[in-house]
Amino acid sequence: MVFSNPEIWALTLSMAIPLALPAVGGTFSERTGVVNIAMEGIMLIGAFFGVAFSYWTGNAWVGLLAAIVCGALTALALAWGAIHVSADQTVLGMGINIFAAGLTTFLLNTLFGYSGTPVNTPKLPTLSIPGLDHIPYIGIVFQNQSVLVYIGIVLIFLSHWFLFSTRLGLRMRSVGENPLAADTLGIPVWRLRYLGVVLSGIFSAIGGAYLSIGILNGFTSNMTSGRGYIALAAMIFGKWTPLGSFGAALIFGFSTALGIVLQGHGVSSNLLQMIPYALTILALTGLIGRSTPPAADGIPYEPRR
Amino acid sequence: MKALQSILLPVAASLVAIVIGAILVAALGYNPVSVYGSLVSGAFGSLGNLGNTITASLPLIIIGLGIALSFQSGLFNIGADGQYWIGATAAVWVGYHFTSLPGWLHMVLCLLAGMLAGAIWAGIVPGLTKAFVGAHEVITTMMMSYIAILFARYLIEGGPMQQKGYIPQSPLIASNTQFPYFTQGFQQAQLSPISMIIAAIAVLAAWFLLYKTTLGFSLRSVGLNARAAKYAGIRVKLYIVLALALSGLFAGLAGAVQMLGVDHQLLDGFSSNYGYTAIVVALLARNNPLGVIISGLFFGALTTGGQNMQIASNVPASLTNVLEGLIIFFVGCERIIPQVIGWYRRRRSARAQTPAS
Repeated sequence: MVFSNPEIWALTLSMAIPLALPAVGGTFSERTGVVNIAMEGIMLIGAFFGVAFSYWTGNAWVGLLAAIVCGALTALALAWGAIHVSADQTVLGMGINIFAAGLTTFLLNTLFGYSGTPVNTPKLPTLSIPGLDHIPYIGIVFQNQSVLVYIGIVLIFLSHWFLFSTRLGLRMRSVGENPLAADTLGIPVWRLRYLGVVLSGIFSAIGGAYLSIGILNGFTSNMTSGRGYIALAAMIFGKWTPLGSFGAALIFGFSTALGIVLQGHGVSSNLLQMIPYALTILALTGLIGRSTPPAADGIPYEPRR
Repeated sequence: MKALQSILLPVAASLVAIVIGAILVAALGYNPVSVYGSLVSGAFGSLGNLGNTITASLPLIIIGLGIALSFQSGLFNIGADGQYWIGATAAVWVGYHFTSLPGWLHMVLCLLAGMLAGAIWAGIVPGLTKAFVGAHEVITTMMMSYIAILFARYLIEGGPMQQKGYIPQSPLIASNTQFPYFTQGFQQAQLSPISMIIAAIAVLAAWFLLYKTTLGFSLRSVGLNARAAKYAGIRVKLYIVLALALSGLFAGLAGAVQMLGVDHQLLDGFSSNYGYTAIVVALLARNNPLGVIISGLFFGALTTGGQNMQIASNVPASLTNVLEGLIIFFVGCERIIPQVIGWYRRRRSARAQTPAS
């Protein structure tokens, strides 16, 4: 009964995108060897500045661009600390998460007051795929989804191709597996790590902007509500690959959608929401397909001179 | 030199964060001096405010001890927030059952339940999976933390711990388990001498355990170099489980103390974030149990001062989160100091060599 309702599949896709994008971003970062738990914070930064610039300029696309720039800058701070200073990457990520949650709430209240962002903030358009949307049943999945859903899906497939089928992608992965070997081959370890972390910032920020100017047209304090951490889980469950992350995000998105649809059917959405976290622990323990991180993940590299 | 650096670094990190905060506040058109002034007076301005600061710092201190202990054992317990809530849930459950017990025994049982629940939550899944299959504790403790909060929320939103009625909250704990407040001096603050004594005992216990017992020595050895500890005959796996369990035990105790001393019931929300702020508390204290008192009070003061600041100067209290995040970031970047010193020395020696060669 529930599964024959196509709404649930549309909802699954729309709930999976804000998990998949930061998860793919995290994949870029961790594949180059920098642990990134700051997706939550960077999503908040993207969500806030997306709304702010969308309102100030009256153009949601400028908002999206601003979100990307701010997300990349935040990621740059993480990259600098992780790569140049060899700081503990988990500590840095924690710092960024708390900072971002504080800063976005602080700016929300100082710039827009306590009643929230203006209601007339422009949002990104929704789109139906002509042709696909006429197919019965499946069609509704691709009806009136935010344009970012389609952009996101394209980006995810591109990322997978980039990471596993291009020379640059191979080099990025080599830096995360064995930086010393990569360095002796003349591969610029630090530069590729910067690239990985900044890409993670861009993807996370798009994920955040999807929430604030894709689905809604406003920002509320801590509106990501832990999605950055579920994205972390999706990345691990997806075995540090973009397509795997997308698959995991779809499973997690489905459990969220199920929670929404089953509300009022006597099933606790709180219990359903545990599924992503429980699956991730199982994946890490090897009970359902062992997930192993890149070998040099989280280990700073000092270039030999 | 090292001792001096361990004090100077957190102070410097905090100062830099405060300066950045001042710039941010000034850029938005406020007077940073009066903003920080209202923060300080809100934290320490009166006996009542001081009491509030101590109340806010107690859970941070107790959780911070556990996090410091895990850091010293080479483990990053990032999920203390969930262990705190599981401890709180267990304490509240015991608190409104067994009402025929004498008050002191009932209190002790609540505290023990909280500690046990926290220890199990951190020790079983994150501890055992870390020890036996190498699952990274940062991820497992974080996932377990979310599961804990969802579980607690389930219990009071239609689950077995919901009080009769429509409001998602648990019943109140028995009145004879609630800690008595100060009747003089701090009476405006929800501060109990019992909470303070428990926190003091926790600090001493953590310090004694880490530095004066074989267990503590083994834990620190595992933290410094797990491989060397293994060759020295220390059962590393056992100590990994113990370190996480002990860390969760402190977080669970904090949850129990908070329920018995302040909240008296589980309320919907679960957004205290004590578990995350306590990470900063431990980092700033350089994982020293005695230092945790000072950094715990510092962040307690930021919390209460921030609320006063919002009322007095209309600057949102979330400014304190900005400061917190910056402090963690800068403390995390501690290795920049030896790098800068090294760079300075190289430059000086290069300059000294140039005329000679």
